[in-house]
Amino acid sequence: MHIFSPPSMSLRFVPVWRRNLLVWRKLAVPSILGNLADPLIYVLGLGYGLGSMLPEVGGVPYIAFLAAGMVCSSTMNSATFEAMYSAFSRMHVQHTWDAIMNAPVDLDDVVLAELAWAASKSVLSGVAILAVVWLLGLSGSVLSLWVIALLPLIGLTFGALALAVTAMARSYDFFMYYFTLLVTPMNLLCGVFFPVEQLPAAFQAVAAFLPLTHAVAIARPLLLGQIPPDAVLHALVLLAYAAAGFYAATVLFRRRLLK
Amino acid sequence: MAVLAARNLRKSYGGAEVVAGVSFAIAPGECFGLLGPNGAGKTTTLRLCLGLTDPDHGSIELMQRPVPGEARPARARVGVVPQMDNLDPDFTVGENLLVYGRYFGLSEGAIRARIPQLLDFAGLSARAASQIQTLSGGMKRRLTLARALINDPDLIFMDEPTTGLDPQARHLIWERLKQLLAGGKTIVLTTHFMEEAERLCARLAIMDRGRFITEGSPRELILRHIEPHVVEAHGDGVMDWSDREAGKLASRLEKSGETVFCYAADPAPLLSSLANQGELRYLHRPANLEDVFLKLTGRELRD
Ligand SMILES: Nc1ncnc2c1ncn2[C@@H]1O[C@H](COP(=O)(O)OP(=O)(O)OP(=O)(O)O)[C@@H](O)[C@H]1O
Ligand SMILES: [Mg+2]
Repeated sequence: MHIFSPPSMSLRFVPVWRRNLLVWRKLAVPSILGNLADPLIYVLGLGYGLGSMLPEVGGVPYIAFLAAGMVCSSTMNSATFEAMYSAFSRMHVQHTWDAIMNAPVDLDDVVLAELAWAASKSVLSGVAILAVVWLLGLSGSVLSLWVIALLPLIGLTFGALALAVTAMARSYDFFMYYFTLLVTPMNLLCGVFFPVEQLPAAFQAVAAFLPLTHAVAIARPLLLGQIPPDAVLHALVLLAYAAAGFYAATVLFRRRLLK
Repeated sequence: MAVLAARNLRKSYGGAEVVAGVSFAIAPGECFGLLGPNGAGKTTTLRLCLGLTDPDHGSIELMQRPVPGEARPARARVGVVPQMDNLDPDFTVGENLLVYGRYFGLSEGAIRARIPQLLDFAGLSARAASQIQTLSGGMKRRLTLARALINDPDLIFMDEPTTGLDPQARHLIWERLKQLLAGGKTIVLTTHFMEEAERLCARLAIMDRGRFITEGSPRELILRHIEPHVVEAHGDGVMDWSDREAGKLASRLEKSGETVFCYAADPAPLLSSLANQGELRYLHRPANLEDVFLKLTGRELRD
């Protein structure tokens, strides 16, 4: 196999994915609650606190505006954490990947399993926030159900990008760069807390390239009961990031582990 | 028909040739030992055979399949005990076996039916529900061995299976390996314990700096490379005695620290000379594999 050959996609990833599921199931309740706490504090704190001082944002109460941002951003965060810290532990600290690769499972299968798992876990986080949004009555449209279909794409996109970072990491400290240089700017520039149009033109241009912008651009109209303009285009951008990230991660992991 | 055959394997890391032209073939039912000092290239050789890294040169056939090309399906018939334990710390003993069996595509029922047997084999029946962190080093090693057997492999690679274990644990592992051999399994074993190699391996190779420097049965290697008797002497004035007397009486001398190792075909003259040296203490024993190993690879540290 050449280091640059396309990732081999096979169902052999399933038992590896199930391994991660089995670990998660042991701690499912605290894990879901833990993932929910952070975004919930943002939605309630900023939504009601800051929202009470603001007129409507984008034609809706601020908390309803914020809801879509938080769904996307917490899905991104969940996929990112899983594909960086947890995957790195399994690969580098516990040597779980080494054990798996002694069985008839290839590195490509393991990388695909990690991606699928990061996406799966992030979908659970996204759905949990979505459920809160519905319970708080922040979105009553049936169109908002379509967000559930968007969540796996968000998870795959940010899981794949994070895996590429993991493939280059020598220690946990390395992940701080990714958070500082990409995750935090995306949370602030991509329309999570305020409309992208509020930014100076230069920042708007940067935001247009960042994947989170495209996730929010699909999720927000859906939650507000509108059909998102250019949804296919936004989805294709996310898909392109996911594919590029996954390919880069596969090549980088091969270079690191199969030498 | 060999279960594993390697021809002229070569592998370099950063300009250093770590495996430098190694060839061997392993017959079904054999226990082949790979001995060598730290950094000799043993683990790298095993990784090449498993298709976990590509050789720079050479060819490998594992279970009649070309490696690395068909390494993945070949590994379905192979078990591995890695040098460093990598049991899954998130699971219990039983779950480790269950989850590992799934990687082989085995059915849930088949794995669950096999687990009690394997736990029994590893002497861990009472610990099925224990967390990995609560196991002793010996228990972990036995569980790793049980895990390597989950797919009922024909060939088992064991990279230093008993390093770090106490004598009781080591003897238990040896007992189990003998059982596996009696059951027709093939074993490739790396070790630093000469005693382990002498007990288990019908054939072994000593590897140094990426090369096999000798190969044969333990007995053959001793006959071929070393005098049959060894007299070890130490105590005040041993170096004087060695220069004065032993040099003439032994066919070969080695000095290590304050001890002189005298190798000889006939030990009688050495022993009678020592009998007159009241201040020296000595030990007469037959030559063993460790003497061969030290003669061929030298006494200085490797890393
Ligand atoms: N992935 C790698 N990258 C760079 N160097 C490596 C790599 N793997 C092994 N080496 C080097 O190759 C040499 C042989 O290593 P190997 O692990 O095969 O030795 P070994 O005989 O198993 O030693 P030990 O008895 O200590 O386990 C060592 O110098 C090691 O540092
Ligand atoms: Mg080794």
